[in-house]
Amino acid sequence: MTTVAVVDYGMGNLRSVAKAIEHVAPDATLHVTSDPLVVAAADRVVVPGQGAMPDCMRELEARGLRDAVIRAAAEKPWLGICIGLQMLFDHSEEGEVAGLGVLAGRVARFPHEQMALPDGTRLKVPHMGWNEVQQIKTHSLWQGIPDSSRFYFVHSYYVAPDDDGLVIGRTNYGIPFTSAVARDNIFAVQFHPEKSAEAGLRLLENFMRWMP
Amino acid sequence: MLAKRIIPCLDVNAGRVVKGVNFVELRDAGDPIEVARRYDEQGADEITFLDITASSDQRDTILHVVEQVASQVFIPLTVGGGVRSVDDVRRLLNAGADKVSMNTAAVQNPQLVADASGKVGSQCIVVAIDAKRVAPGKWNVFTHGGRKDTGLDAIEWARKVTLLGAGEILLTSMDRDGTRNGFDLVLTSAVAEAVDVPVIASGGVGELQHLADGVKQGKADAVLAASIFHYGEYTVRQAKEFMRAQGIEVRL
Repeated sequence: MTTVAVVDYGMGNLRSVAKAIEHVAPDATLHVTSDPLVVAAADRVVVPGQGAMPDCMRELEARGLRDAVIRAAAEKPWLGICIGLQMLFDHSEEGEVAGLGVLAGRVARFPHEQMALPDGTRLKVPHMGWNEVQQIKTHSLWQGIPDSSRFYFVHSYYVAPDDDGLVIGRTNYGIPFTSAVARDNIFAVQFHPEKSAEAGLRLLENFMRWMP
Repeated sequence: MLAKRIIPCLDVNAGRVVKGVNFVELRDAGDPIEVARRYDEQGADEITFLDITASSDQRDTILHVVEQVASQVFIPLTVGGGVRSVDDVRRLLNAGADKVSMNTAAVQNPQLVADASGKVGSQCIVVAIDAKRVAPGKWNVFTHGGRKDTGLDAIEWARKVTLLGAGEILLTSMDRDGTRNGFDLVLTSAVAEAVDVPVIASGGVGELQHLADGVKQGKADAVLAASIFHYGEYTVRQAKEFMRAQGIEVRL
């Protein structure tokens, strides 16, 4: 039986993530945890996160979770959601804070001057609501999810990986931005699969079965 | 492209849905979980619960409702009604709400908006504004179900709460609410243009064209309706198909 750790560092709606995983994988043993040992022992790790990146990094450090999260990203199925995606990178413009540096790249704010449609309609930031995710490559986690399915987003910053090869999902909001990345045992998304109805549940179900 | 959202709203009193909900095949029209699931199946983009429970000893029933809905419905849930403190916000989020909406408490204590968004993030904080026209092109913020004029200008107030940290505005026209004559489009577009955060139009929907108008003329990012969905006149899916036929981007 698989065990999954949902990393709790005091930021964001972990209950939603936990409930969605319980729904798609009722046989899994799920721990919502801030204990680095539980993270280390789990078969799979989910790192959610909401709010501001500097707060998230501070809380992760304060709970002694940083190393456990980095180690997990090197060795087992690892799913990042929202800030859980952003923190993988070197640096975020939000509060000019360093991330975990697992992936090379930065986190940038939506550029104010480009946030408009061709007809002049202003686009609001945060990017909030259901938007399409274009699947750049095939991946086990996209299995059974039609290309360009809509997922639920709520964020003001997006990731810009140095290596284009990491990009596995892309979305348009004023500019095209990276909405999902994958490398080896890591899969991380800007949207919230736990709030994205069938498409999101399918992604979580795929994650729980994934053997990278 | 980002889809315009359709949000059914449910009034909940002591853990039960009030106002008639008239779905075929619904065993219990008062059960919020069953009603929420039905809206989810129809393709609702979010669901809003407005807790109208008056008696204080039943206040916690909404937490159980949210908990149960959140374990079965995997779309964003917003809960409002009687939210007075950061603790109230936290309890609702911990129960499974994604966003919490505040109205009177924000008027009485604007610092609450700043405190709450500082603690849980702007994305979780919705400020609900009940606006009523007091002169041509001028709307004031009302509380107590539209009975009490706060004297605050609705557009100024919308700007102020976004600066304080509101991540979204739920804008209800008290002149239109319950009339089924459509949104106050002038008010809606004035607020939508005044703030940088998404605006949800509410109050007055009586037919599908009103929803499309709210987006096209009102420039709303989302539209909220209760009765046209409750009484089974239209499904959420029908509303989306109608909007799409008018060139509006929706999730179908």
